[in-house]
Amino acid sequence: MASKILVITEVRDGKAKKGALECLAEASRQKAALGGGDVTALVIGGPSAAGAAAELGAQGADRVLNATADWLEHYNGDAYARIAVAAIKQESPEVVLVAATLDGKDLAPRIAAHLDVGYAPDVTGMTVDGGKLLLTRPLYAGKAYAKVSLSKSPQLASARPNTFALLEGGGAAGAASDFPVDFTAADVGATVTGEAAASAGKADLTEASIIVSGGRGMKGPENFAMLEEFADLIGATVGASRAVVDAGWRPHADQVGQTGKTVSPNLYFAVGISGAIQHLAGMSTSKCIVAINKDADAPIFKVADYGIVGDLFEVMPKMIEHAKSLKG
Amino acid sequence: MRIFVCVKAVPDTAARIKVDKDGSHIDPSGVKFVLGPYDARAVAKAISLKEAAGDGAEVIAVSAGGTKGERDAKKRLKDALALGADRGILIPDDGCENRDPLEVAKALAAAIKAEGEFSLVLLGRTAVDDQAMSVGPMLGALLGAPCVTDAVGLEIAGGKATVTRAAEGRQQTVELTLPAVVSGQRDLAEEKYPKLKEILKAGKKPIADFAYAWTDGGYTVTALEPPPEPVAGKIVGEGPDAVPELFNLLQNEAKKLSF
Ligand SMILES: Cc1cc2nc3c(=O)[nH]c(=O)nc-3n(C[C@H](O)[C@H](O)[C@H](O)COP(=O)(O)OP(=O)(O)OC[C@H]3O[C@@H](n4cnc5c(N)ncnc54)[C@H](O)[C@@H]3O)c2cc1C
Ligand SMILES: Nc1ncnc2c1ncn2[C@@H]1O[C@H](COP(=O)(O)O)[C@@H](O)[C@H]1O
Repeated sequence: MASKILVITEVRDGKAKKGALECLAEASRQKAALGGGDVTALVIGGPSAAGAAAELGAQGADRVLNATADWLEHYNGDAYARIAVAAIKQESPEVVLVAATLDGKDLAPRIAAHLDVGYAPDVTGMTVDGGKLLLTRPLYAGKAYAKVSLSKSPQLASARPNTFALLEGGGAAGAASDFPVDFTAADVGATVTGEAAASAGKADLTEASIIVSGGRGMKGPENFAMLEEFADLIGATVGASRAVVDAGWRPHADQVGQTGKTVSPNLYFAVGISGAIQHLAGMSTSKCIVAINKDADAPIFKVADYGIVGDLFEVMPKMIEHAKSLKG
Repeated sequence: MRIFVCVKAVPDTAARIKVDKDGSHIDPSGVKFVLGPYDARAVAKAISLKEAAGDGAEVIAVSAGGTKGERDAKKRLKDALALGADRGILIPDDGCENRDPLEVAKALAAAIKAEGEFSLVLLGRTAVDDQAMSVGPMLGALLGAPCVTDAVGLEIAGGKATVTRAAEGRQQTVELTLPAVVSGQRDLAEEKYPKLKEILKAGKKPIADFAYAWTDGGYTVTALEPPPEPVAGKIVGEGPDAVPELFNLLQNEAKKLSF
């Protein structure tokens, strides 16, 4: 029997999250190896979430199941898990994938517990052998990598954003249908009573394809305006080291590292960051790392692909000027 | 009010981790274990909730883990007791390395259920060794209690918990009926440093064993490998003069930037 793949696709403000699209793309690349079954995208959210179907089809979804209701507009782990479990029971997929965003990492373990299956979190690699997944995941903040197999069905994994490439060509829109939600907000012990955007219009840190992070070398919160300006020019999101967060210059949500966010962008700028082991833990899987630091011996240069040794207060204005000139 | 806090013994974040010759465990020599950094904040939060609740409130620390050497979970329970927890429960597991997080959640759920009623279970958002971010939400599901992760704020009033969740790019306010399960971010509570008197007092607080019949679960670590060697890149140059060449490399060599 052809084994199916279900991708739980996170949609916010009517648009699919990039990490979710990457999971769909990978599912469609792997489906032959997994036995040739359909790739189904499950969308859970408010009514506007159903609008993402075309985008999902273009990244490989053969079918789209929309489980929507007004009260599901905001992520609610208890409610979303209940829906996901019902959909998995109906579809009986062999593999279930979700993007390892904060919501995805909240949702997947609940599903594992309800279905009593193994779950591989935050994977950075996946191969298929004899119909079984072999997953790679960093442990100990990237100081070791584990190969993980899952013995029960479905095999459930979350994938670190920016791990899988998107599809280039784009397929036809998948056939969309509604998945009924047969319970209400009152049946769930958790109620989301408010939600406030922290960084309107910017890509989330864990999904951003370019990140510009500042460290203690920035000297004060006011100087982050310089990083914001540079980030805007190149379409990046601003991050920070813990030293900066502890000093109260930036919110904790911006912290990259072992006790902050794990990020894996295509391009990571470390500006005035020494490269402490706990910082590297959060960003060492970045595809390309640029370090700007006045200390040529700073450990960040050991992991950086490109470095400039110099005073950031001289280098960053030049970076801004140069980016502006390239933008024309 | 009865609050459980789940704590794990984890390698210090600054520890050097080497993969053992067997290729599936870490080499334990020279690795110092500590109370999980997020777990420590969860304990601090539990203590402040207990203090606010007044008489009759109780904080119980629970840990599943080793019984020997650096991995000895009892030592970490003592850390939690020194921070103010009233008593501890140890679920011995000498095979705890690479344990399926769902098995851990099942063991914790069994130990908590065996104690009867509870108001709240607090955990850290993640254990810094396996980084599963899983045990909290799994425990919520297993206990049939509502659960919120990544809490940066938590208040208990009128039989409800109100949690501020640091979600991606936004903050959520979530109301939970009690009993509930909450996993905390660093900002959930200020770090506490126990005084010598409290450390000595902790030695007299009880720690009970809870036996759990461990099984392999559905998640298996088949191999552990060292991370790929970082390939030291190139220093493009010094000072602002190097900027044009950096852009050139990012655009044309790395192909990571385009305008
Ligand atoms: C349990 C634990 C968890 C931790 N978790 C994290 C975490 O999640 N994330 C994290 O980042 N850290 C974490 N840390 C802290 C970590 O150990 C470091 O203290 C921190 O990363 C240092 O931040 P920094 O690089 O900004 O500051 P510093 O180490 O002080 O480095 C500042 C750098 O700026 C450079 N500099 C100064 N002035 C200039 C200038 N004018 N131009 C150019 N360069 C300049 C200096 O040469 C230096 O290299 C953790 C620590 C512990 C103990
Ligand atoms: N063996 C364990 N014993 C007690 N608590 C644990 C154990 N493992 C994980 N936890 C708790 O669950 C949280 C999340 O762990 P994890 O899901 O492994 O990242 C930790 O911060 C602890 O609070």
